[in-house]
Amino acid sequence: MRFERREHPVAAITLGAPLVAVALSLAIAGILIALAGAPVFASYAAIAKSAFGSRLAITETLTRAIPLMLTGLAAAVAFRAKVWNIGAEGQLYAGALAVAAAGLALNAPPGITIPILIAVGAVAGMVLLLIPVALRLRFGVDEVVTTLLLNFIVLLFVSMMVEGVLKDPMAFGWPQSVPVPGEARLPRLVSRSKLHLGLIIAVAVAIGVWALNRFTVFGLRSRAAGENAEGAQFAGVSLPRTLLIVACLSGGLAGMAGAVEVMGVKGFVSTALSPGFGYSGIVVAMLANLHPIGVIFAALFVAAIFVGADGMSRTMGVPTFIADVTVSLALLTMLIALFFAAYRVTK
Amino acid sequence: MSEYLDILLTVGLWSSALRIATPLVFGTLGALICERAGVLNLGIEGIMTFGAMIGWLTVFFGADLWTGVMVAALCGMAFGLLHSGLAVVLGLSQHVAGLGITLFASSISYYIFRLAVPVQGTPPTVEPFQPWPVPGLSDIPFLGPTLFTQTPLTYLAIVLVLVVAWTMNRTPLGLAIRMTGENPHAAEAQGLDPILIRIGAVCAGSAMMAVGGAYLTLAAFSSFFPTMVQGRGWVCIALVVFSMWRPMRALLGAMLFALFDAYQLRLQTVAGKAVPYQLFLMLPYILSIVALVAMSRRARVPRALMKPYRRGER
Repeated sequence: MRFERREHPVAAITLGAPLVAVALSLAIAGILIALAGAPVFASYAAIAKSAFGSRLAITETLTRAIPLMLTGLAAAVAFRAKVWNIGAEGQLYAGALAVAAAGLALNAPPGITIPILIAVGAVAGMVLLLIPVALRLRFGVDEVVTTLLLNFIVLLFVSMMVEGVLKDPMAFGWPQSVPVPGEARLPRLVSRSKLHLGLIIAVAVAIGVWALNRFTVFGLRSRAAGENAEGAQFAGVSLPRTLLIVACLSGGLAGMAGAVEVMGVKGFVSTALSPGFGYSGIVVAMLANLHPIGVIFAALFVAAIFVGADGMSRTMGVPTFIADVTVSLALLTMLIALFFAAYRVTK
Repeated sequence: MSEYLDILLTVGLWSSALRIATPLVFGTLGALICERAGVLNLGIEGIMTFGAMIGWLTVFFGADLWTGVMVAALCGMAFGLLHSGLAVVLGLSQHVAGLGITLFASSISYYIFRLAVPVQGTPPTVEPFQPWPVPGLSDIPFLGPTLFTQTPLTYLAIVLVLVVAWTMNRTPLGLAIRMTGENPHAAEAQGLDPILIRIGAVCAGSAMMAVGGAYLTLAAFSSFFPTMVQGRGWVCIALVVFSMWRPMRALLGAMLFALFDAYQLRLQTVAGKAVPYQLFLMLPYILSIVALVAMSRRARVPRALMKPYRRGER
């Protein structure tokens, strides 16, 4: 048995790959739900109902998708240039922490405060990713391990800050930061829900990243750097320069996710701010096949699984971890589906 | 000041350093074998988590400790098979496939654990491995109570280092593995099957990773809780680079790292009030990054590492 690269990738298969992957992952999740002793189809229905079944459910899912879109974009931008940024989780927290700190110092109307704080969050994420990428360029250190290790360091730093200088004295002893002022809170899009302006920001950013990839020289360079670094250098693309810009973009997007989450949902930082948005962002990016517009839909799927499984587990007695299992399975099945979109099996 | 140095001479420090080093030795050896054959295995963090969970669960349901270790090793092998299916047979991105394995293996660990053990106030425990003093040797001053009064898994880890070092450097099998990691086409020209060798190496390595995880629940602690692996897998990946892909140096690296970790744990109690404890906890991760930076320039990476091999494709 051999695998032969298809001369012309079949568009139908490439576009259908995410659907096949999602269907497969849901089918395997069904087996695990059955193992838990719950009725499988009723559980699927409960997931769908909790994710989309009511006005509240829909706004919850959309709210959950916002940070996932941004971390998904962060991963997509980086992976396209083969910068293995697995540190979106840490960059998200860096952005969140920077916003919490800067929010206390700023005293301006929302129209000024909000853009400034989002920029502050993005810069924090950017700086955090520039360290490992610079280490790769200067010393040849693989950025996978350094970005992963930085996630742990940043989380400990957040814990130190929210138990130390940033600790909210009014939080009954809970380790969380002083809330950002009202001017820094993102306006609600729908009344009586958590859904906030971040959704519009995230979608606009996705379209912006798509345009950047599609229409600018930088987009071409970053793709070239990812597909064939040596060839790109021969063609006059400066690899260090391109990768540093990619790092700024990717880290910035992840930092923005943290900023938007603090300003839109919580209002403060704690070590429970993100239930692994950074890691789920990797799945989102892969399900979208690294396409920025695809990221919007992949983030909605992942968010729906998390919100839906939360509701389902309460009624069906299936552990909520089923959501993490389904999402990680979707990543693996997507990898396989994409492979068969690009290769065919021959004797 | 002398109290900081006194710690260095205590039996407690060295004996806990060995305990901290044990899972790292298993994990680093496992990752090293995979990488020597040319496959980066970022599934390590998840595989260690699964090993910790399944080893504990097996013992919790009445099996003896060694059966728990065996089950963990077999499950590790199964995940190794999954990783090699993706990264070797299909030749997919080793980075993404490995991360996928980590996400999947850790989430399924938590899921199975939650199914088997419903939420309760204090996590249930099992009777873990007890220190087994080596007859005769454990009476040697200092070395006795540190090196020779450990749990059997620590001895196993040390023996495994010697076995892996010998296999890699002195046997045809080791040569075949190294050749596959350096130049799979040359290996194939010699009549070897690079794909089969890679699958075997990844499975063997993953089994060791899982045993490293099982050490956590069956010897170091006596219960399982989510996120207990705490980035140890990533530290192991860093230690492989530090060790320059050599098993004996892997033991040295793990030991240095563990000594440092054990030392900072004790410093916390001496200097704990003045410095936030999180700074101490950060040190091991910072140390790993520093070690990576220091060694990356000098390290000679297996040449075909992360390069997928497909038959008939150059």
